[in-house]
Amino acid sequence: MPLLSITDLSVSYGSIQALRGISLHVDEGEIVTLIGGNGAGKSTTLRTISGLLSPRSGTIEFDGHMIQGQPPHGIAQSRLIHVPEGRGIFANLTVEENLQLGAYFRHDKAAIRADRERALTLFPRVHERLQQQAGTLSGGEQQMLAIARALLARPKLLMLDEPSLGLAPQIVQTIFQVIREINQEGTTILLVEQNASMALQVAHRAYVLEVGSIQMEGDAKQLAASDDVRKAYLGAH
Amino acid sequence: MADFTQTLMTAVAIGSLYALIALGYTMVYGILKFINFAHSDIVVLGAWISYTTSRWLLPYFGVDFSVSAADRPLPPLWIAPVILIISMLTCGIIGFVIERLAYRPLRRAPRLNVLITAIGVSLLLQNLGQLHFLFGTSPQTMPILLPNWELASFTFGSGESASRVVISFVDTMIFATSATLMLVLEYLVFRTKLGTAMRAVSFNTDTAALMGIPVDRVISFTFVLGSMLAAAAGFLQVMKYPLNQPAHTVWVLLGLKAFVAAVIGGIGNVRGAVLGGFVIAFVEQFGAFYISSQYRDVYVFALLIGILLVKPTGLLGSPLREKV
Repeated sequence: MPLLSITDLSVSYGSIQALRGISLHVDEGEIVTLIGGNGAGKSTTLRTISGLLSPRSGTIEFDGHMIQGQPPHGIAQSRLIHVPEGRGIFANLTVEENLQLGAYFRHDKAAIRADRERALTLFPRVHERLQQQAGTLSGGEQQMLAIARALLARPKLLMLDEPSLGLAPQIVQTIFQVIREINQEGTTILLVEQNASMALQVAHRAYVLEVGSIQMEGDAKQLAASDDVRKAYLGAH
Repeated sequence: MADFTQTLMTAVAIGSLYALIALGYTMVYGILKFINFAHSDIVVLGAWISYTTSRWLLPYFGVDFSVSAADRPLPPLWIAPVILIISMLTCGIIGFVIERLAYRPLRRAPRLNVLITAIGVSLLLQNLGQLHFLFGTSPQTMPILLPNWELASFTFGSGESASRVVISFVDTMIFATSATLMLVLEYLVFRTKLGTAMRAVSFNTDTAALMGIPVDRVISFTFVLGSMLAAAAGFLQVMKYPLNQPAHTVWVLLGLKAFVAAVIGGIGNVRGAVLGGFVIAFVEQFGAFYISSQYRDVYVFALLIGILLVKPTGLLGSPLREKV
């Protein structure tokens, strides 16, 4: 049984239909990526899964429970953690306070401490800046903090929205390396990316989303090799 | 020198009242981005609940309301904090109910709708309060709860021109109570998990929810806190000026100036609200004493205009954050 399965999901903004009945699933232990152009509905998909948007129809099943229509904080508490586009850092709080909020709903102090240590080992640059206001971090550091904070929730499924957005290639490499590591340690990941080549390298499976519907799906390596994907998303001619 | 010291002490006492009220405005604005116009009515409510509770409680301690005020014995000292706490708790509950019934259904509505609702709630409270089986329409004198002790007195000058300045127990208690409440709030907002959540919600509600923070509960808590501080301000106000007016201009101005204090300090900023409260009280009191007391309200609003011209975000306010 998949960890997350979405069936026939439709979402509208007023009269504009953003998602037209998409279905996808993520199995435990996988990295699944959702690629596609601007306005394809990638972020809308994640925002609907995490409860920020309500679907017009369709179902979302996570870890054996139907979660569509639940409030976002309830969904987060079931350990489905969404790192939103633009990182969602609380610029008015310190880096340490941001991290602590990741574990807001948890009470197992010892385990939180262990997760914090682990997250800071993955991102030594965040470790160096614990007492700083989070708003003073660079874009790359903010992205690292956002992922580190998400790890403090000990997610069953981690959804990352455009983690490479606006970052220097070297930092993108670091972040994707960590994504791979997190996954190897057992966290399932649903990754939304415009940087399709990076995403397809790291993912096991992929879905290609265009104008609110899924156009292609399959093994990430095979998709990366297919002509259609190479032309449309990988810049090949 | 005596006049200066006296004015200074009044300014500190009044400033702490403004600060307490301004905190409620600024916390609600920080989180929900609207001005809760009903906030000043909670202050009045706090004063009237203090009055009603005193009338009900004091006869059990030998205070006979049928004799003139001068012949009544003082109630025990601990009665004052008890009444303060009753008033704060009641207003806290009322604040919770108001948010729940009036504001929460409008969470996704445009700001203007919420603002108009707040004005509606304010009118509702004002008129409900004047019903005869609640507080009525005539002014009432708050019974004396605190002795008029002089904690210290200074004499400036000598002979004919000598003048005396008294540090009264009441003024000291006003300042001490407000300072304690503000320190508790400071601790709560900046040192606890719930306070961190409040600041997170005020920065970005959606992202806070993604952390598993129950946003609605945090908002309720903010309203309860703000209303409790407002109630305390209402109680302290009638400790200093015992004539308790129903929805009178004194109250309107108190609420309005506290709002100005919040704006001057930088609305949404907790420390700014405290700073703004004291700045306003100093300008008002010193202006009233050294220039003319007729224009005491003018100084406050002139200062508001001046500060908004120079620093539109207020003294401690940060400019609107940019989206990166």
